[in-house]
Amino acid sequence: MSTNAIRFILNGEVVETDVVDPTRTVLQFLREDLHLTGTKEGCAEGDCGACTVVLVEVDHSGTDVELKTINSCIQFLPTIDGKELITVEGLRGKDGGLHPVQQAMVDQHGSQCGFCTPGFVMSLYALYRSTPNPSRQEIDDALSGNLCRCTGYRPIIAAAQSMHAQADSWDAREHLDALARVRRDADLELEAEGRHFFAPVDVASFARIYAQHPDATILAGGTDIGLWVTKQHRELETIIYTGRVAELLDMRTSDSHLEIGGAVSLTQAIPAIIEQYPGLTELFRRFASPPIRNAGTLGGNIANGSPIGDSMPALMVLGASLVLRQGDEERELDLGGFYHDYQVNDLQPGEFVARIRVPMAHDGVLVASHKWSKRFDQDISAVCTAYSLELDGDTVTRFRMACGGVAATIRRAAECEKAINGAAWSEETIDRACAALAEDFTPISDMRASADIRLVAVQNLLRRFWFEARGELDETVYTYGR
Amino acid sequence: MVARAVGKALPHDSAHLHVSGTAAYTDDLPEPRDLLHLAVGMSTVAHAKVLDVDLDAVLAADSVVAVCTAADIPGENNYGSIVKDDPLFADGLVQYVGQPLFAVAATSVDAARKAARKANVTYEELEAILDPLDAVAKESFVLPSETLVRGRPDEGLEEAPHRLRRRVSLGGQDQFYLEGHIAMAIPQEDGGILVYSSTQHPDEVQGIIAHATQREAKDIVVICRRMGGAFGGKESQAALIACLAAIAADKTGRPCKLRLDRDDDMIMTGKRHDFIIDYDVGFDDNGRIMGVDFEFAARCGMSADLSGPVNDRAMFHCDNAYFLENVRILSHRCKTNTVSNTAFRGFGGPQGMFAIEYVVDDIARTLGKDPSEVRRENFYGHDERNVTHYQQVVEDNMADVLFDRLLASSDYELRRAGIREFNARSKVLRRGIAITPVKFGISFTSTLLNQAGALVHVYKDGTVQLNHGGTEMGQGLYIKVAQVVADEFGISIERVRTTAADTSKVPNASATAASSGSDMNGKAAQKAAAKIRKRITAFAARHFGVSEAEIDFRNDVAHIADRIMDFPELVQLAWANRVSLSATGYYRTPKINYDRTTFSGRPFYYFAYGAAVTEVVVDTLTGENRVLRADILHDCGDSLNPAVDLGQVEGGYIQGVGWLTTEELWWNDKGEIGTHAPSTYKIPTCSDLAPDFRVELLQNAKNREKTIYRSKAVGEPPLMLGLSAFFAIRDALAHDGRPDLQAPATPEAVLRSLRGSGSE
Repeated sequence: MSTNAIRFILNGEVVETDVVDPTRTVLQFLREDLHLTGTKEGCAEGDCGACTVVLVEVDHSGTDVELKTINSCIQFLPTIDGKELITVEGLRGKDGGLHPVQQAMVDQHGSQCGFCTPGFVMSLYALYRSTPNPSRQEIDDALSGNLCRCTGYRPIIAAAQSMHAQADSWDAREHLDALARVRRDADLELEAEGRHFFAPVDVASFARIYAQHPDATILAGGTDIGLWVTKQHRELETIIYTGRVAELLDMRTSDSHLEIGGAVSLTQAIPAIIEQYPGLTELFRRFASPPIRNAGTLGGNIANGSPIGDSMPALMVLGASLVLRQGDEERELDLGGFYHDYQVNDLQPGEFVARIRVPMAHDGVLVASHKWSKRFDQDISAVCTAYSLELDGDTVTRFRMACGGVAATIRRAAECEKAINGAAWSEETIDRACAALAEDFTPISDMRASADIRLVAVQNLLRRFWFEARGELDETVYTYGR
Repeated sequence: MVARAVGKALPHDSAHLHVSGTAAYTDDLPEPRDLLHLAVGMSTVAHAKVLDVDLDAVLAADSVVAVCTAADIPGENNYGSIVKDDPLFADGLVQYVGQPLFAVAATSVDAARKAARKANVTYEELEAILDPLDAVAKESFVLPSETLVRGRPDEGLEEAPHRLRRRVSLGGQDQFYLEGHIAMAIPQEDGGILVYSSTQHPDEVQGIIAHATQREAKDIVVICRRMGGAFGGKESQAALIACLAAIAADKTGRPCKLRLDRDDDMIMTGKRHDFIIDYDVGFDDNGRIMGVDFEFAARCGMSADLSGPVNDRAMFHCDNAYFLENVRILSHRCKTNTVSNTAFRGFGGPQGMFAIEYVVDDIARTLGKDPSEVRRENFYGHDERNVTHYQQVVEDNMADVLFDRLLASSDYELRRAGIREFNARSKVLRRGIAITPVKFGISFTSTLLNQAGALVHVYKDGTVQLNHGGTEMGQGLYIKVAQVVADEFGISIERVRTTAADTSKVPNASATAASSGSDMNGKAAQKAAAKIRKRITAFAARHFGVSEAEIDFRNDVAHIADRIMDFPELVQLAWANRVSLSATGYYRTPKINYDRTTFSGRPFYYFAYGAAVTEVVVDTLTGENRVLRADILHDCGDSLNPAVDLGQVEGGYIQGVGWLTTEELWWNDKGEIGTHAPSTYKIPTCSDLAPDFRVELLQNAKNREKTIYRSKAVGEPPLMLGLSAFFAIRDALAHDGRPDLQAPATPEAVLRSLRGSGSE
């Protein structure tokens, strides 16, 4: 094997290939190099799902595998080293017949133009494996990253509801064996035309490499960095990938905190957070799509620091902190102090987010969040708000509110909090707090919403929280009648 | 029992290929040797003189082989099919952000796209007109404004006891086909060019390439097996992409492929026209319209493209299902420095229908009536009040029948009462319900386009290849026409293969558009097949000494008097006896006749009808809204394929709902579009489908006209069923005052409406 080669399993076969461009996407490799054209490019930014493929990895138990959909259009090829990839070409049975998922799509008339279909088939395939007899909501959630412009989805949902009528011939053992054939325990280092890709396996090694290459791009899920390449055509000289660093992939709980490693995927982190704070369920349900959550990381969402990132308002009101590491040194910083200005944060050269510390829930705290966007699923927030509230009788003992989409960074609503803290939890207080929000934020107009209505939205969302906290409003348009 | 294919719910002919990733789209075709990949350099300003295009750095970039500009076009620098105002490459003047200035050819897609960004363009900026009202004020039009008057609108308005005026804005819509624009041009011997194009109109692509490359139609072959969606977006716009590929292939002598990146596609190519609608309506106490005056300002963008017929259709459809005795329509075709807008499912019809539906909804709210009553009050009659404002008699009116059936089957009244009760006690959430009808005219309004051709071959083994001028974009045209042909020969559908739309097989084909695909190509193919069947029949009669009346084809068998022969056996025999087994078929739509200068006549062969009831819930704090339930009854005539037609109805409805709710196009003050990718432009997702969705095709509904098996066109009409969702949202908001709701009803638009409620 060449020193510059990566290996993975593709539809049951070992693929070994020399990497000539570390930012070549999995989709480009499939379509252009292997001429496997079943997987489509619809947007090259992870938003339409036509490129969906399934990644198979050994799970935490080590005795089974887990399947994850990913957007191959923004996944860099070296990141799938040591893993197994299943594409639409790999689903047919050994007899050449259609897989039950494929057959259900035919039987239910689930394709019209057919271009989105391979992506849907792969998302359905992952659902087929994970969820027998899925509910409508489970189907919606599983397909939230796949756009179809022709059918209106009804027949695709029907396919999801009927696909389990037929069994397939799945044997996890085969996949474990295959994965064993391409397993890599050591660091991966690739060099191509002067460009480097590092995938270290422990944090000491990661820190050392980053210290040596402080200008390197830290790649986690790549759900944003992928677009730097596919859309902005940036050439990334040195990439250090977090996705194989054991310590960064670790998630554990102490008595006081949930400790989430910097490279833990959103798919893995979200249930742990929701378990503590059920008020965040809807926010996280609407956070991107399964393929994006499977690739994307909580640490990446935070470090990327978009003013419309969805995790940070909630984490801020929870009082989450970051453990930042540089070489062998670690420091802890409150998330509220992390962002200085638009795309400027407190990270020093060579420093990275080692883990996120989320306080465990305690009695008497109410936490909630609202996402405000044009579409329920897989949309970027025009406004995102989060609140935590503690009361002593009718008096507010502690209130926090943080907002995204209304300033250059995600931040707390200081004046609004001032108006509420220590005051009576009353409509008058909320009126004052809403007025204070106009002092806290001066939003801008863009394609997601206009400045004036953004402010109205933040104010109304706070009112909504007030109603919800009082138990006067327990339904949204998303839960009503469902 | 005779097995028939027509009327059966057969799967899409490519369904098994779609699901296994083996249906080949243009980008999936094997790439020819020496293929070059193209990328387009686009204007970054909305309106400017181009002083200099310095491409040195582009040419010097890695893997670049050539660049093409206007100077490299041997023939005509135009792809406008009606008015020649659409340059392929801007030549000295740019008129929108995204207009092609040049193309670069490189040995990889990446290299071409990277190189395209290296151009150094010097502009002298000119004043840009960015919205339709500004264009009206400055009399900036791509085509002259048109007026259509029927009756005495001024008197009708003056005499009416009630009168309302309103301005409402109606957003455009991106087609968002999942497969972006793409074409591959391959030089052939002796100056020929073979082009694979994702196009609804191969014939037009052929003609425009011939003109641009100084060739003749005979030198160009355009092929399209399938598109990954089109929705009108690949009717005229595909010619630009294919032509750029052909010009580069002509210049370099090498095959060239141009596949637009999604963002470039959405920036560079046209969308549904957004409208500013002004109306002035007079009506009586029952809500009957006595006079209505419409003024439409449509954003056409920088060129005419299809804006003439799109806006004509908006004028024709501003009656929807209602008799407008006294009406004036003034239609402005505004020239703006934005991308040239184009065809999109409905082709102006949805905008016209939105306008009149807003009018009747407003009338109902003024009079305190249920909007469904006002709708009923204004319906076309059957024997009177049955002439449209363009003088076509509505002979097949079914709007009221469908409407009443759906009112009953959807429990409209009961639910409406329940909703009122809910709203009275709900603090924040409001529910709303609306029923809207659809009447949509079927035929190209340009009469000459209503013709189609087909080519059918029967092979010696009794199998059939079918070709026609129609293109497959997911609408199921190929299976429907194949069903017709199978039945013509009495053979099973498996014996029929449809081959790619190909200008060398069927010439001069109209675009697959205006919902006409199966009507026209179905008839043409039927005629071709019938010719061959008749030849075989005549031969068999002679050969076996029976009369032609004693010969019948069914269930893959020829019945020749008492003799039974497998179809292949008879075909073999016919061939051996030198019977021609190949034929063309040709169809022209009858009865239509229309004078555009007076906007009168019979532009439409018939009308397709439908009705929808949508119920929504709206959050008055956030403006968020969701469809809770939709009931649809739609008229496909006697459906050729109920599964395919159901898919068109369901998909059309959702697309219409998307247009009026989440899908918002947004430009900044420099004329740059901000919504040019799925991250910012939001079409419906799976969870947007109503949890309770009840769709029915009208049964026993033969088209009164002699269409193919008495079916009806179904491509466009269902889109307008989505209007019911918008008016359901408006109904929900009406609890808090008369809503001044603009479309699309995004959360922001709903909040604006709520904040403005009662202010009018």
